[in-house]
Amino acid sequence: MNGGLGNLRLEAVGAMRSALVSAENLQLSLKSDLSSEEQALTNNHTSGNEEKPKRGNEDLKEMLESNKESLKLEAMKRVVGLIANGKNASELFPAVVKNVASKNIELKKLVYVYLVRYAEEQQDLALLSISTFQRALKDPNQLIRASALRVLSSIRVPIIVPIMMLAIKEAATDLSPYVRKTAAHAIQKLYSLDPDQKEHLIEVIEKLLKDKSTLVAGSVVMAFEEVCPDRIDLIHKNYRKLCNLLVDVEEWGQVVIIHMLTRYARTQFISPWREDAIFDENSEKTFYDSEEERRVDQSKPYIMDPDHRLLLRNTKPLLQSRNTAVVMAVCQLYWHLAPKHEISIITKSLVRLLRSHREVQYVVLQNIATMSIQRKGMFEPFMKSFYVRSTDATHIKTLKLEILTNLANEANISTILREFQTYVKSQDKAFAAATIQAIGRCATNISEVTDTCLNGLVLLLSNRDETVVAESVVVIKKLLQTQPSQHSDIIKHMAKLFDNITVPMARASILWLMGEYCEHVPKIAPDVLRKMAKSFTSEEDIVKLQTVNLAAKLYLTNSKQTKLLTQYILNLGKYDQNYDIRDRTRFIRQLIVPNEKSGALSKYARRILMAPKPAPVLQSAFKDRDRYQLGTLSHTLNSQATGYLELSDWPAAAPDQSVRNVEVVEPVKESGAPSLGKSKAGKSKEKFYSDEEEEEEEEDEESNSEDSSSSSSEESESGSESEENSEVSNKSSSSQSEKSSSESDSDKKKKTQKNKKIQQQKPDSKNRKQKNGNAGKSESRSESESGSGSSSSESSSDSGSESGSELESDSDSGTDQKKNTKSKPVQSKPVVKVEKKEVSLLDLDDFAPTPVTTPKSSILSPSLLSDLQGLSISPTSALQASSPVFVPETSYELLHRMTGKGLSGQYRFTRQPCIYDSSMVSLQLTLSNSSEQPLENIHISQKSSCAQNIHCFNAVERLEPQASVTVSIGVNFNDSTQAANFQLCTKEDEFSVSIQPAVGELLLPVSMSEADFTREQGKLLGMNESSATITMSPENISSQSVSRKVVSVANLGVISSTQENIHRFAGKTVSSSSLVLVSVTLKDPDAQITVNTEKSVMGSMLLRQLKTALGNSAT
Amino acid sequence: MIHSLFLINNVGDLFLEKHWKSVISRSVCDYFFEAREKAGEPDNVPPVIRTPHHYLINIYRDKIFFVSVIQTEVPPLFVIEFLHRVAETFQDYFGECSETTIKENMVIVYELLEEMLDNGFPLATESNILKELIRPPNILRTMVNTITGSSNVGETLPTGQLSTIPWRRAGVKYTNNEAYFDVVEEIDAILDKSGTTVFAEIQGVIDACVKLSGMPDLTLSFMNPRLLDDVSFHPCVRYKRWESERVISFIPPDGNFQLMSYHISAQNLVAIPVYVKQNISFFESGSSGRLDITVSPKQTMGKVVECVVVTIHMPKVVLSASLNATQGTYKYDPLTKILVWDIGKLNPQNTQKQPNLKGSLSLQSGAPKPEENPSLNIDLKIQQLAISGLKVNRLDMYGEKYKPFKGVKYVTKAGKFQVRT
Repeated sequence: MNGGLGNLRLEAVGAMRSALVSAENLQLSLKSDLSSEEQALTNNHTSGNEEKPKRGNEDLKEMLESNKESLKLEAMKRVVGLIANGKNASELFPAVVKNVASKNIELKKLVYVYLVRYAEEQQDLALLSISTFQRALKDPNQLIRASALRVLSSIRVPIIVPIMMLAIKEAATDLSPYVRKTAAHAIQKLYSLDPDQKEHLIEVIEKLLKDKSTLVAGSVVMAFEEVCPDRIDLIHKNYRKLCNLLVDVEEWGQVVIIHMLTRYARTQFISPWREDAIFDENSEKTFYDSEEERRVDQSKPYIMDPDHRLLLRNTKPLLQSRNTAVVMAVCQLYWHLAPKHEISIITKSLVRLLRSHREVQYVVLQNIATMSIQRKGMFEPFMKSFYVRSTDATHIKTLKLEILTNLANEANISTILREFQTYVKSQDKAFAAATIQAIGRCATNISEVTDTCLNGLVLLLSNRDETVVAESVVVIKKLLQTQPSQHSDIIKHMAKLFDNITVPMARASILWLMGEYCEHVPKIAPDVLRKMAKSFTSEEDIVKLQTVNLAAKLYLTNSKQTKLLTQYILNLGKYDQNYDIRDRTRFIRQLIVPNEKSGALSKYARRILMAPKPAPVLQSAFKDRDRYQLGTLSHTLNSQATGYLELSDWPAAAPDQSVRNVEVVEPVKESGAPSLGKSKAGKSKEKFYSDEEEEEEEEDEESNSEDSSSSSSEESESGSESEENSEVSNKSSSSQSEKSSSESDSDKKKKTQKNKKIQQQKPDSKNRKQKNGNAGKSESRSESESGSGSSSSESSSDSGSESGSELESDSDSGTDQKKNTKSKPVQSKPVVKVEKKEVSLLDLDDFAPTPVTTPKSSILSPSLLSDLQGLSISPTSALQASSPVFVPETSYELLHRMTGKGLSGQYRFTRQPCIYDSSMVSLQLTLSNSSEQPLENIHISQKSSCAQNIHCFNAVERLEPQASVTVSIGVNFNDSTQAANFQLCTKEDEFSVSIQPAVGELLLPVSMSEADFTREQGKLLGMNESSATITMSPENISSQSVSRKVVSVANLGVISSTQENIHRFAGKTVSSSSLVLVSVTLKDPDAQITVNTEKSVMGSMLLRQLKTALGNSAT
Repeated sequence: MIHSLFLINNVGDLFLEKHWKSVISRSVCDYFFEAREKAGEPDNVPPVIRTPHHYLINIYRDKIFFVSVIQTEVPPLFVIEFLHRVAETFQDYFGECSETTIKENMVIVYELLEEMLDNGFPLATESNILKELIRPPNILRTMVNTITGSSNVGETLPTGQLSTIPWRRAGVKYTNNEAYFDVVEEIDAILDKSGTTVFAEIQGVIDACVKLSGMPDLTLSFMNPRLLDDVSFHPCVRYKRWESERVISFIPPDGNFQLMSYHISAQNLVAIPVYVKQNISFFESGSSGRLDITVSPKQTMGKVVECVVVTIHMPKVVLSASLNATQGTYKYDPLTKILVWDIGKLNPQNTQKQPNLKGSLSLQSGAPKPEENPSLNIDLKIQQLAISGLKVNRLDMYGEKYKPFKGVKYVTKAGKFQVRT
């Protein structure tokens, strides 16, 4: 056998040498370790010898070295069995590690399991496997890449730290999100192996935090929490993204992200409760209830940061999660971050969790106990859910009891006490004792029931169970301390019971009561003392101490009767076995018995012993638990756990909000607000971002003025508005003043645009003054003219925004009319379409959807394109948004004039990126008044609680009869075709309306090269692909008509194609920016339509619509 | 996060250990054994135990303790929820989660645990994904594998892992397309001595068994969705649609899953289907007691109440019971002190002769009589009825062409239904 081992050793050394060579190629110098390795091998050898008797492992070794896969697999399965049982299988290491490169995937996985388990103990041998993993890291199969990284990073061998670092960096940029997720996990492993790598790891974390994949988000936040929880600055830019992704992240990631965001929010937002706390000095009641009122009279009302609101809004749906940890995480987030009046929405969910497993109940009840101390009202309606069942585990019962006690108030105390009565009789005596304590607490907290409780407790004194009686005595003692004089009969009663009570604590309590209130029971007390003197020696220590106390107190008040007894007891105490009692006796003797040696103290004996003592406060054990963040391990244990991150207090002043702004490429510049207006340079823009109302106000002003001469400064205003997202630092003055010296890309762009707009605007406004009539049409024309006049790069960016500027002029004309009380209704959407010269030559009545020529995106001058790309920070910068190819002018009815009492509304999709928020779909509403009276104050109700996030238009103050006005809104449909429901209000009425988006309107066109398209399509196969074959109607065969049909159905960009029979279209979803790729392959007479997108539901809906549009049935 | 996992059976044998980070000696479990000792009943073991260097978070399920070792701060529910998910996965794979099955399938268990956690952080917990990575054992496959040498382990990344709907696998195909929904409601109630309801609420779940090909998009609507005031959903359900339209719209996972659970709280009136009249008394003298229980149907909406079982945990001093049941059978186990009366069906017509259990109990002589009467736990079942009145309106399918077979079943059961005496 020794020979066998020797062979093995030779083999292993040989294999190791070759591995070393490969390791060296990877710039790892292991030379110095060579000798130590050999040594290790010899050690291994000897240890193997020592364990010779273990013959079982020998045949495993043989099996592992055989040539048969099945034998090896069988052997590995047995090895894994050994590991699972905690048996040592480390001497098989050399035999096992050779199989690391096996083709059999199951065998390989089992080898991985073994490696990870023993690599730490056999570091040198483990190095043999490294090159295999490095090869696997380059494997085309993402599962293999990922598992190689997983194992590589799990091998806790310090020497491979550089290899791991390299692998992590590479994997962090892998195309597969699954591999990137693994990389995020590997970060933590490497960090725990070598904390010195922190700086490098933070770089990787920073990169991964920007990742848009929901798969990665949870894991990277976990890594962030472990490696650098203090680097809150890394979160700023990703904050909004994380909030928006949250719902789609897998459940475990949600928990981690929510906890992290809770901490983040506490450092970045000002307290939604702050004012209340400061201005309110008295009771808790007002603290919670009258918040609304107080808000009103505060001079500077609190305004919640929109990002703060975003977090609260996006976490709320997760209360419905099936995962209890997620629900709890959201609850603690609301508890720590939400305004007081909003917290109560978590109650139901918490109560629901109580139906879950015992362990879940335990944790949830603990958290409820903490909450219920501060906010009784939250849980009071659910009081009955905390009723105890006889089948509950003891710790659950006690927690429920705790909560019931916390919830007790004057109104419900009788119900609770009745319930408690049942519990007192419980067979579970520990629980019965806890109930008695709870009754005691209720009695002290609610003075109305103190007497009832006391009487009840006295009745319990005759209970046969000792623990119950003892607990009652202790509680009664505490209660009596509050008002002893009225209860001398109770004390007498207890004295009578004294003989029957054997529990030391209870006996001691009675003795203490006698002593303390001996003046109320002057006859009985000496008698009790007499009995005690008799049984002194057989009592427990605690009882003896109280006997001594009682004796001393009686000696002071009633020395005539008790002098002898006292001396007797003091003598007994003097020779007691327990030193505490001896000490106490000595002390008492010196204190009360006057003799020549006694010092000054004895004069004060009476004052010392009979001093009035404060009544004990009975309070909840959960009183101060809220110093720990709810839902954490520390909270559960009520002590700080390792790695607990303190939740900071709210900052006094709000930190800079702009740090969270993310630069988003907005190639299409336009301002949704009417662009004429007087200069408002005086306006502070500080609040610009946080305060929508103010923004609206500004827009108002703009739209109200017609001073074209100042349009230039106005221009910059609107420019900065559309750049909300990209303008991070130039908050105020720079973006406003024309002379801003900052020459950032965006500024430059803005300026060119501005200049151009000035040119454009002037004729525009002239025009307008001349003809008020069919304003829409003429304006659009004048605009397109001036547009074509300007330089090419300008016009390109302009042409991107045609319909946007249209929108501008539209709404202008609307306001114009309103002002002039023009009674001419604007014709339905003068829509424009007309952007290019050729098109504008068309007949006016040829406004039918014209497929605007595809190469539109190519108009973007290369330089501008690259500018835009430079601005983008998103990793998927390849997604270059482009302008819509086609804007349909169909409008849909929003509100019929009959139902709207004269107010009618229509909406249409502008197919432009929304200026309010990049994840919103922008819509245009036309509101007309067909009644006889003017309508006032038309607006969207702010309080409407619709699922979607809507950016409302600013209220239309007055709409004259027969007039109409056009406004634009943005709706975040969250990439679903669910209708957006909201309330359209006038001064008198409210109308519920809804907007139903077609799936094609939830997209934005994207321009990309054909090659990019094919590559992206390759990534979206399988479930992400849906396709169908249809028979094309003959008139649709031409490539132009195919494009036209497709773009009329969906807002997609056309990809120039080299193959004639394949048409490609690309777009991205508005909310989540997922790619949507459509290709139509013509095979006369059939056509295959393929839709590739991550949003498979949208994909299939889109496919269906395309089928109808292109199919035979279509015109 | 989760550092190690130990599985311990209820007699205290540690039969499996798995470490995701460095190895922690199993001696850490001594702290757990200590707490176990102190608790007496396995149910009373505190779920979170602190030791000098670690924290032990454990769950007790199917007579197995899942003890996880934690080193740093982590939301305890995170761990608890995960451990339960592990137990559910075992159950899903092996039919039951017991010591024997786990030991028999040790390798698969190990492979599963390896996939479920990476460095202590959950990686794949969706059963559909796991099943593509590691195929569940069955006899046929084991035979095929031994012959062909193929393995149980998938070679490619399950597509679900990457998509936004990780719960569904791609390329599902069935010859019979069917979707079944079970609306199961449990009544949690506490009745007091006189039969009045102290507390009652309904916990409902909708379990689904969906075997549909392709990528179906289902919409389930109710006749009376307003009943549901608190719901929680499987991640596949589109919450927004529920909020706005009160319909449940989802792309289902393949196979069995729990679509939603709901809670109809104590504020609403809950119909109690049975009426229990009981009288249990113990006498000071003669160390005996008397028991008399009658169960009759109450608000059953015309359905038959089945599988009625009354369980009583008797006080320790009760030695034996000699009773007479007019219907069903009774059994008293003097060891566990549990009296079980299996009544069976309650006949709604025969109102005169209601099932009754009557007789005497003999107590340990000399011991004081128990002061509290034991409470009654009632179990029952009503087929074809959701006691809350919830009704499924219709199920629509989009996205696929075939016509699925659809079915809905209603069952009402007693949950934690207790009668105090």
